[in-house]
Amino acid sequence: MDHILEAALSAARDAGGAYADGRVVERRSQSVSVKNGAVDVLSEGTDRGFGVRALCNGAWGFASSRTLSVDEAARVGREAVAIARASARHAKAHIELSPRSPATAEWESPCRVDPFSIPVAEKVALLIDTDGRMAGIDRLAVRESSIHSNRETKLYRDSDGARIVQTTTETGCGVECIAAEAGEVQQRSYPAFEGDWRQAGWEFVEEQDLAANAERTAREAVLLLDAPDCPSDVRTLILADSMLALQVHESCGHPIELDRVLGMEASFAGTSFLTTEKLNGFRYGSPFVNITADATIPGGLGSFGFDDEGVAAQCEPVVKDGVFTGYLTSRETAPVVGRASMGAVRADGWNRLPMIRMTNISLLPGDSSLADLIRGTERGILVDGVRSWSIDDRRLNFQFACQWGRLIENGQLTDVVKNSTYTGRTPDFWGSCDGIAGPSEWRVWGVPNCGKGEPMQVGHVGHGVSAARFRNVRVGVKA
Amino acid sequence: MLGQDEIWRILSLAQEACHADANQVSLIAEDSGLTRFANGGIHQNVAERNAVLQVKAILGKRTGYVETNALDEESVRTAAQTAVEFARLAVENPNYVDLPGPNAQTQGGAQWDEATAACSPEARADLVGQVLAEAEPQAVVASGSLSTAGIERAVMNSRGLRAYYRNTETHLVVACTKATGNGWAERHSPWLHDISAASAAKEAVQGCLSAQEPQAIEPGDYPVVLMPYAVEDMLQTLGWMGMGALAVQEQRSWMAGRIGEQLAGANVSVWDDGLDPRGFVRPFDPEGVARRRVDILKDGVALGPVYDSLTAHKEGRQSTGHATSALGNWGPSPANLVMPGADDALEDLLRRMGRGLLVTRFHYTNVIHPIETTFTGMTRDGTFLVEGGQIVRPVKNLRFTQSILGALNAVEAAGRDVRLFQHTLCPPLLIHSFHFTGGTDF
Repeated sequence: MDHILEAALSAARDAGGAYADGRVVERRSQSVSVKNGAVDVLSEGTDRGFGVRALCNGAWGFASSRTLSVDEAARVGREAVAIARASARHAKAHIELSPRSPATAEWESPCRVDPFSIPVAEKVALLIDTDGRMAGIDRLAVRESSIHSNRETKLYRDSDGARIVQTTTETGCGVECIAAEAGEVQQRSYPAFEGDWRQAGWEFVEEQDLAANAERTAREAVLLLDAPDCPSDVRTLILADSMLALQVHESCGHPIELDRVLGMEASFAGTSFLTTEKLNGFRYGSPFVNITADATIPGGLGSFGFDDEGVAAQCEPVVKDGVFTGYLTSRETAPVVGRASMGAVRADGWNRLPMIRMTNISLLPGDSSLADLIRGTERGILVDGVRSWSIDDRRLNFQFACQWGRLIENGQLTDVVKNSTYTGRTPDFWGSCDGIAGPSEWRVWGVPNCGKGEPMQVGHVGHGVSAARFRNVRVGVKA
Repeated sequence: MLGQDEIWRILSLAQEACHADANQVSLIAEDSGLTRFANGGIHQNVAERNAVLQVKAILGKRTGYVETNALDEESVRTAAQTAVEFARLAVENPNYVDLPGPNAQTQGGAQWDEATAACSPEARADLVGQVLAEAEPQAVVASGSLSTAGIERAVMNSRGLRAYYRNTETHLVVACTKATGNGWAERHSPWLHDISAASAAKEAVQGCLSAQEPQAIEPGDYPVVLMPYAVEDMLQTLGWMGMGALAVQEQRSWMAGRIGEQLAGANVSVWDDGLDPRGFVRPFDPEGVARRRVDILKDGVALGPVYDSLTAHKEGRQSTGHATSALGNWGPSPANLVMPGADDALEDLLRRMGRGLLVTRFHYTNVIHPIETTFTGMTRDGTFLVEGGQIVRPVKNLRFTQSILGALNAVEAAGRDVRLFQHTLCPPLLIHSFHFTGGTDF
């Protein structure tokens, strides 16, 4: 596909583009799901095309097409420049890009067993077995299990001479259970809401052992129907696993996107409270809190070799000992804070403009354990399992709902409670963190559905977390 | 755009290669452009040309499904053959339902505008320039987006169904910021010439100027006037919580076991109508079934959900034309919700409210409990304290935790300013109690 990008970049240059980059992207995806005893989805998709981003008169233009021909490539290259010229008529900023050396490289994500090599019949059989473990459980309205495989091959070239080929294989799987009876509905997921994902092959599905965890998941959903409501008060909160991953995603991952900070998302998902004067001085959390943006974690859903501006993957300290120290940046935005891009630009396929996205935003492990965090809690609640999420347009006031809650009294887990919610203000909440479980309990969760931008782009990102404890949190918010 | 002849050629080719007992082939083609502006200037500007073929192959009661945007003959044949292979590997689905037959109404309803379909980036930039020209003299920073698209959709199946339509869409959003407050406006239409960028900009600029220096207010129960932007968000969330038959059948809808009951105030009606010419006409669904008007809440009584082929078959009914995907696994969903307006101007609603809050729009709403219809979210882009029927000052944004049916049971009046959104037509509402549970810094 080099000839496609050569034609496109050449046409962009001839049309007056000062800089251009292009990507040819081919994606293959496969989904199998079984719901209530029947195969619900057995599908495969292929998607391919190319996109060109051009800089002209200090403004950007982007054009894309599914038609992989030299003539179409030249047309799209010219169109990208024409769009940039139109942008320049009302552009405010004259774009300058932070420097980087153009790379020639190939990169491939880890994959021991090609998920597309596993016969579909084997996947169906595994899910039928998983489904059977949940069949017959009273008051279980929906039982659904699924396996997903994605492969993306991307050729990147730019007018500076970079040429990068990357192949990413992703695998996701999970079990969702909904228990219902008149006036009540409860949900449990395994291993996380809408499954967990990793840059990996079939080995990831085997590690999750859906069949062995299905019945427990289903029975927990049914158990919740009879559980009392989460109390409504202020108490100690322990966030476990994927619930903490969501907390990191919403209250740290999005507010450190420098394009959002600079107002580029103001009309869509909003801006950020982490304004540039706060860099290297603002107390984001307690001294227990250390957060990184690390695109180099093997298997992390937000990992890559190079971003979509050809910048090599890096690990950026975002919060160090509770102090805010770094943003997710692009070549366009990094100079605003006096830095070079740390490489966080990605596009959702060939037909989307590259923009700042989370990589793997992780809360680094502490020296405690979940058991010790519980033991050290006099009156609290342990919650897990994402049910819903909401946060204001500067990422300060949040309220999350959880699938599963266990009360804690005098260092012991006690009653299961349903409809657990908690709310807070981001720096106050992270400032109340007084313990984080250690490295042996740390896991990188994959989030395949992070929305941002217009037209909407769906990002695949990762979050490494181990359970953490927060003091004086308002829980059980009632309508 | 591909055009009807080319689409029928591709779909026929796919059908010929699909050696199954039955098949459904469909195609969506879209040429679109979107210009984004922020900080008072254009910063992103994109164009896309794409078309996706969808093949559903059926062997007995087994289904395989393939999507591709590679439309050369070999790729089309491969897609069709892979779908058949997948069907062979599937397990028989006891819920299987025959594909729909020909639908007489599925050829009409075009909302096509050549000028919108062919809108150039220069024309979009000029409209953005009109927005900026309204904002700059007021020292207000404008952000937003303007998108234009031409879209073709076609469905064929082995029972002789053959449906095609094309339409155009234009969407403009404007967000204005100055120091301590924001304003907002949206405009949506099939026709570019219907969009007044200056009018939208004036609304957002005025809202922004009025929202400066907001004061904190204690959370609690307040009467509210919700602008159509907020009402649209609330209705869409209610739809997502359970206006589709699959959610009802799986008992996770607020309507489950309560059809025929009075669930909202007697002054509240909501229906879905994909043929309403005031909205974006969508004459058929992804299965090719003609959309019918469905009354969901009539005078506050729940009359029932919308259906696709599968959910309708389970209850011995006809699909209402509300499938959400060609594969059909997501269940049906409303696509063109309508809540009627009434006589009051916004000022009349504020006067009737006396003391309360005027809410421009919601932000990041999400479901807490689908049966209780509890949702949460923040106010955004202008929240105002009203006293004596007059806006007295802006207030800082608030978090709400509220039952939507509870709110629809507390509607005192609807306004006459019915606004069009991509999937909704709705007015402003005066609601006598809305539950705010927290605040934020701005």
